[in-house]
Amino acid sequence: MSSGSQSGQNGPIAVSTKQVCRHYRMGETLIRAVDGVSLELRPGEFVALLGSSGSGKSSLLNLIAGLDRPTSGSVIVRGGDLAALSREALAKYRLRTVGMVFQSFNLIPSMTLMENVELPMRFAEVERDQREGLARKALDRVGLSTRLRHRPAELSGGEQQRAALARALINRPQLLLADEPTGNLDSHTGTEIMELIREFNQALGMTVVMVTHERALAERYVKRMIFLADGKLVGG
Amino acid sequence: MKAYDLTELAVRNLRESGLRNSLTTVGISVGVASLVAMLSLGIGLQQLASRRLQKSGLFDTVVVMSRRDLRSFNREPQNSGPAPADSPMLDETARQRIERLPNVREAYPDIRFITELRYEDKPHLTMLAGLPFSAKNNDAFDGMQGKFFSSETAPEIILQKAFAEELLGKRPQPGADEVKVTELAKPLLGQELVMRYTERVENPGGPKRVPRAGESRLTASNQVNDLPQASYSVFLREQKLKIVGVSDLDPDSMRGAARARVFLPLKLAENLRVMQPTNLRDTSRGLGASPTYATVSVRVTSPKYVQSVEDAVRKMGFNTFSITDATRNLRQFFAVLDLFLGIFGSLALAVASIGIVNTLVMAILERRREIGIMKALGASDTDVKKLFFAEAGAMGVMGGALGVALGWVIGRVINLGTNLYLRRQNFPPEQIWAVPWWLVAGAIGFAILVSLVSGMYPAGRAARLDPVQALRYE
Ligand SMILES: Nc1ncnc2c1ncn2[C@@H]1O[C@H](COP(=O)(O)OP(=O)(O)OP(=O)(O)O)[C@@H](O)[C@H]1O
Ligand SMILES: [Mg+2]
Repeated sequence: MSSGSQSGQNGPIAVSTKQVCRHYRMGETLIRAVDGVSLELRPGEFVALLGSSGSGKSSLLNLIAGLDRPTSGSVIVRGGDLAALSREALAKYRLRTVGMVFQSFNLIPSMTLMENVELPMRFAEVERDQREGLARKALDRVGLSTRLRHRPAELSGGEQQRAALARALINRPQLLLADEPTGNLDSHTGTEIMELIREFNQALGMTVVMVTHERALAERYVKRMIFLADGKLVGG
Repeated sequence: MKAYDLTELAVRNLRESGLRNSLTTVGISVGVASLVAMLSLGIGLQQLASRRLQKSGLFDTVVVMSRRDLRSFNREPQNSGPAPADSPMLDETARQRIERLPNVREAYPDIRFITELRYEDKPHLTMLAGLPFSAKNNDAFDGMQGKFFSSETAPEIILQKAFAEELLGKRPQPGADEVKVTELAKPLLGQELVMRYTERVENPGGPKRVPRAGESRLTASNQVNDLPQASYSVFLREQKLKIVGVSDLDPDSMRGAARARVFLPLKLAENLRVMQPTNLRDTSRGLGASPTYATVSVRVTSPKYVQSVEDAVRKMGFNTFSITDATRNLRQFFAVLDLFLGIFGSLALAVASIGIVNTLVMAILERRREIGIMKALGASDTDVKKLFFAEAGAMGVMGGALGVALGWVIGRVINLGTNLYLRRQNFPPEQIWAVPWWLVAGAIGFAILVSLVSGMYPAGRAARLDPVQALRYE
């Protein structure tokens, strides 16, 4: 697996989904969280995924992230179908190719920021003596160089999300998937996070998919918006 | 994930919910402690028993007899060797040859004779036996009053308790309390008595030896028929002997009628050239003048060499006799005992292992979200599984080490208590408890193994956790 800053400019399509479905069976009823979505993302593209609550945005994002497997259809990343990957290989895909941030930050509360940022490098078996420097640099880039030894609970929401961003990018993924990254933040802090994401998108050339409710915010930063309703794509 | 990362994460996770994990670890250590205490007791008792057996001299001794000996005649035919009439004599040269065999500590003749001892002018008839100087370490003398012989040829004797009673005229009364050796020894130690015995003196070249003045003389000679010359004279002599010890236990391995009640240094007995029952037999069979021994006792360096020494001695043309290595049976017995003790000891460990399962399952419920985050960040099922295994293993290591220490203390206390009791009962202290290094290593290893087995289910469950569900969980 290549981990890389070379954002795959050579391939015209970074990620595509083909008639991807994710259904949940709840007793008698079948919930079609994602229902036949086909889309294509180009390398380095910054895309927003919009839709009302329960429209299946998170479900679709999890399918692209390899956290979940589709009921039918396929997710193709750089020419390879994720369905073909074993559980171990899928974990490796998440480790090397995907970076994720969440609405609720999802930092590990018992770990300091440094330790949180170091964690993906432990899974990637980066040598111990290199990890510290890399983590420090990543936190420095999101403006947290003075808070290295703090635990998440000691930080504001914006700071936590910045740390989460640093952690998501530490293994230099080609794909950043953000599920409502500004959802828990005020508009000022949300803008800060959006600036950071745009900076990474432009500087590192990574493909970004961002789920959001806020159409105004999306319009300011994003070139392309995808709308979901009841698990299906709807024309924007 | 690398091993040191696993360890580091596992230890920090254990510290996060310190109290619960400490309690679980204490549970393991109690289990290990009971296992260690039980087994160390079993091992200690085994070592004590085999020490005792070794000291008793019963199982490291081979008794050698000549095939010419009458006692050998009616035994099962030993076709491998020469016929009794051609077989070698058990004399001094043979003894020395036996002593030079590998793994032989010593080979000494059995000298025993019935004679008269005079004490306060009263005669007492008894069996006497020569005791090799090496018998000093014999168990039987642990509780002896007085001392062992001061030298290999000192004119000293040790009395068996029964003979001491006879000397003092104390017949054991049925129903009465047994007389203590200490009581018997007090009036006897340092006293002298006179032994009457017959000395055998070789007649040089045949002519009758002139008896010393004042000696009564009996001569056994077979010159009459011009058979090969073997003649010796027998003199009645007296020897003063000092009582140096009175023994409660019986140092003699001989039982029955041949059992001795008085012991004198073996070298002294040899020097006195006391007439032996075998002498007469040899004479009648027309053997040479040098004395032969009825039996020679061979002490081997360890019970395990008894068989090989016996084989070697048989090849030399002698008959042998030994009590088959009882330590083997003993080992078998203790293997079973240790197994039972181990099973009982392990019960506590089994209970502790349920504690581990419980703790880790709780940890999964509590750390559901954390596991989801780790998986979203790219942790594989194996990483998660290994992490939980590492946590279980770390509890095992700590519980094991703590448990060994605890078990050691428990063993010490039991040992101390036992010795306190023994001292009250006037017994010498004993080491009934032993913690060999392999038990320490084995117990810690076993604790780790049990912990890992206990971690199997929780670790598998954590690894299978669906990250989407786990992250949804708020
Ligand atoms: N594990 C599940 N079992 C049953 N139904 C589920 C499950 N996960 C999601 N769903 C359903 O799938 C639908 C889509 O959920 P999803 O979380 O993708 O919506 P969303 O667009 O992200 O909404 P929100 O904006 O509130 O985050 C919902 O109706 C939800 O109830
Ligand atoms: Mg959602």
